[in-house]
Order: sequence, then C-alpha cells, then structure tokens
Amino acid sequence: MITVEGVNHQIGSVRILHDIRTRLPEGRLTALIGPNGAGKSTLMRLIGRLEALQSGRITVAGHDLATTRTGELAKIMAILGQNTAIASRLRVAELVGFGRWPHHKGRPRPQDRDKVSQALEAFALTSLANRFLDEISGGQAQRAHIAMSFAQDTPWLLLDEPLNNLDMAHARGLMTLLSELVRGQGRSVAMVVHEINYAAAWADHVIAMKDGRIMAEGDPDTVLTEAVLSKLYDTPVSVGRHRNRPLVLHHA
Amino acid sequence: MRLLPAAATVVLVILMLASLLIGVAQVDLLAAWRDPYAMLVLMESRLPRTLAVLLTGAALSVAGVVIQSLVRNRFVGPDTSGTAEGAALGLLAITILVPGSPIWLRMIAASASAMVTTALFLAVIRRLPVREVMLVPIAGLVLSGVLGAIVTFVGWQADLMQYVGTWLMTGEFSGVIAGRYELLWIAGLAAALAWFAADRLAILSLGDQVATGLGLSTATVMRLGLTVVAVVTAMVVTTVGMIPFIGLVVPNLVARVMGDNLRASLPVVAVSGALLLLTCDLVARLAVYPFELPVGLILGILGGGIFLWLLHHRPAHG
Repeated sequence: MITVEGVNHQIGSVRILHDIRTRLPEGRLTALIGPNGAGKSTLMRLIGRLEALQSGRITVAGHDLATTRTGELAKIMAILGQNTAIASRLRVAELVGFGRWPHHKGRPRPQDRDKVSQALEAFALTSLANRFLDEISGGQAQRAHIAMSFAQDTPWLLLDEPLNNLDMAHARGLMTLLSELVRGQGRSVAMVVHEINYAAAWADHVIAMKDGRIMAEGDPDTVLTEAVLSKLYDTPVSVGRHRNRPLVLHHA
Repeated sequence: MRLLPAAATVVLVILMLASLLIGVAQVDLLAAWRDPYAMLVLMESRLPRTLAVLLTGAALSVAGVVIQSLVRNRFVGPDTSGTAEGAALGLLAITILVPGSPIWLRMIAASASAMVTTALFLAVIRRLPVREVMLVPIAGLVLSGVLGAIVTFVGWQADLMQYVGTWLMTGEFSGVIAGRYELLWIAGLAAALAWFAADRLAILSLGDQVATGLGLSTATVMRLGLTVVAVVTAMVVTTVGMIPFIGLVVPNLVARVMGDNLRASLPVVAVSGALLLLTCDLVARLAVYPFELPVGLILGILGGGIFLWLLHHRPAHG
C-alpha cells in the first residue's frame, strides 16, 4: 500500500497540492485522472521521489520516503516520468538493461539478462533491441522506457501518462500487460491517465483530482459517474456501459 | 564493428613506433641498446613525448565524455566549460601568492580551482531551459571567455603573461622531456576512475528523473565526474598547456559509431583520443621539418573540420 498523508506542494507561490491524504491499494491497478493542472503528475512524482517532499509523509509498502535510501526504494518501486526525451545515444537493449541496475549495480547476472530479454519480449522490442534510441519512433522509444521500468521488476510500478505516443494497439497491449501484472503476479500499478476510457476499461481503483485536491476516489463504478465527471472536467459528459464497465462519452 | 577497437590499437602501436623514430636528432633507435646517445634521446625525449601525447589525448577525450554526461549535451568539452581557465586561474593565484611553490601544491591549486569553475558552469546551465540545446555550449563559451579575461587581466598585472600563454594558448609537446610530463599519469589515473563509474555516468546522462528512479545518487556521481574533469584538465594545463577540440570531437565520433554505453565505449574513446592527438602531433612535427608547428593548430584545423561535419550529419530521428 502507498499512503499519502498531509502532502502540500507549491512551486513558487502557486499551490499545486492542498493537504492530500489518500491510499493506493496494493495488488490493484490505480488510475489518477483529472483535468490539466490538477496536480496528478506532481503527486505521482512526489510518490516516486522525483520531487522533494515539502510537507507531509508518504510511505510505499511501509517504507517512509524520507528515511529510506533511494537505492533501496529503486527495488520497491519503479517510476517512469513523463518527459522521457533524452539526448543519450543508447541501444534499446542497453536502456532496458539499465532497469536491472538497482539490483546488480553494474555486474549483471544471468537472471538480470533473463529479465531484460523478457521485458524486450513483452513490449515487442526484441527486433529493435540493437537499434539506437534516436533512430526509432517516439512510440517505440516510449515502449523502451516502459520496458526499462518493467525490467526493474519491483512490487510497485508508477507510470506518468505512459500512453503518450502509443497507438491504439500498443496502448491496449500495455494496459493488458499491466492488468496481467496486477492480476497474475499480484503487483501494484499506479498510473496517470489522460484518456479516461482507459481508466474505465482497466482500472480497479480511480483517484479523481481537481485543482490540487482529491475530488473523488474509489472503484470505477462509483467515481466514473456523470455527476462526478461533469464536475471534474467542467463539461457535460454522459456515461454509458460497455461490457459491464463504464464508458465515458463526451459527444452530446 | 567488433574489429574497430582492435584495428585502432594496431594503428596506435604503429604510430607510437613512428613517434619514437621521428625527430630532429638523427639516431638509430634500433641500436639504442649499445649506443648511449641514442638511448639518451629515446629515454629522455622521444619516449616521454610519445607517452605525454598518448596520456593527454586519452585523458582529455575521456574527460570530454564525462563533462558531456554531466551537462547532457554533446557540444561541450573540457576546453569550453570554463575548466581550463579555472585551472589557469588556480595556477596564477598560487604563483602570485606562494612564489616558488612546490609542484604538488600547484597541482592541487589548479585542480581545486578547475573544479570550482566547472561547478559554476554546471550551476549556470541548470537554470537554462532544457530544450534549448545550443544554449549550453554558448553558456560554456561565454563563461570560458569571462574567466579567460580574468586570467589575462591578472596575468598582465602580475607580469605573468608568458605563463598564461603556455597554459591556455599553445598546448604543445616540443618541451616534453623526462621529468617534465609525469603529472600526466595522474590525468590518466583520473580518466581510469571514470571507467569505474561508467554505468553511473551513462545513467546520469539519461536525466535526473530516470537516474533517481533507478536509485542513483545523482549528487555523488556529479561530484565524481567533476573531479575527473577538473583533475585531467588541470594536469594537462600544468604540464603541456590546454589542447583544444579533442575532448569535444572524440566523444562525438565514438558515440556516433558505438553509442553511449560508456562501459563499452570509454576504452575506445581513450584509444581514439590518443590516436588522434598522436596523429596531429606527428603532422605538427613533420609539416615544416625540422621545425615544429603547435599541435593545437593542427587539431584546430582538423577538429574544426570534423566538428562542422558532425553538425551537418546529426543522426536522423525516426
């Protein structure tokens, strides 16, 4: 479980988060939704210790972020930030291989190589393994980054808008893979999602944020309702049902 | 591809032999073991010079990779990040404050000062927008220019311009004899240190986000990288004077072929740097034989040409 208690955050004089208090359940796929500027990414980055905590307390699987060494945390959670454009000229397999670095610190063992080839396989990157990152498409590079976090093989996987740059087939493939991680291997995934129907179709738990506050949280059926979403996005939406899950429609 | 490092090493050995054979003194080096004069030329001049060139080329190229990882930008080198000017400033200060200071003290002063100015460079570019790739080298050039101006001003006031010239303007190897180049071994050691941190530096260049996500203590790696760049540059400035371009061009050339997996590429960078500088030094020795041109001049022409070519052949984005 991830617990967030009394977290405030401001950049300059702008309050980004107001006294956030929430729990992300273990063994579930949690989706963070909300309009632009709601503070979803900031909350995700704070949990992933990419941003320094200004106030409050966050624990991941019982480890307090403030007192746990960053190298230890890297074995508990993998986080993929949003802006993954890099200038480094690495091959896909080398990038994915760095996902194992927290475990082997520069001396890869056979099981590390296995995990890397599994990750390449899972994200359909095996044929691209020897290509340089700056010579493949944005979507392929995005998949390589997710594969690196996947190879890190941690109980918690945090992803900030992982569906960016992915076409429908690969986005669906990623969501299938993540829910398989959750249901098959008992791992926990938290992700910021922009396209709300991905949350509707795959998430077990939804946290809806607006203006730096949590507006609603719970299972998809209780959060993804016309009343909550219309208020969340300040725009009328209708919610239908498809295969016994909510389906959010914005065309009136 | 696999054969490239081996081929480079073979060429390097051939050039080393050539470097031992070429010089104004006409001696038969094959007879050195029974000709004391030939032995003297070999051990006091030719061998030290060859080693000095190799060490400088290798260490500066590795330092180039390190500074490029620290700033995450390919268009900087230890000669355009305020590092060499920092070393010169330290040397100048110690020369004025402690006249006749021992070499180890000068060495420490140069390294410490180089570290401070390079840290200043890192602090400056931290505040620049990430997407403006060209601002980083421009900031480096501006900082180097300002620091260089301070060095010149102080050097002028203290009547030490001659020293400043040998440190910053004309890096060359004609003055190298046994006993006057050994500090460069420290530069070589510092460069070797970078190899042990190769993975960390490679991860650091993936950005703070990824580095933190993988549990890397970025500040520690930064400090280590800074030390390597500062020590290498300070040793080169102290012994032979700053050599331009090599720390910029060699990392770029190697990355183009091998990529940025530094554990694999750093040895190749070192060999290539040694190779390029030795080639330039041989040209400098032979172009107007029996006189010499400064090696920096040859490198400036060659390195400038290579750099322009690099700018026009940036890898395509898919």
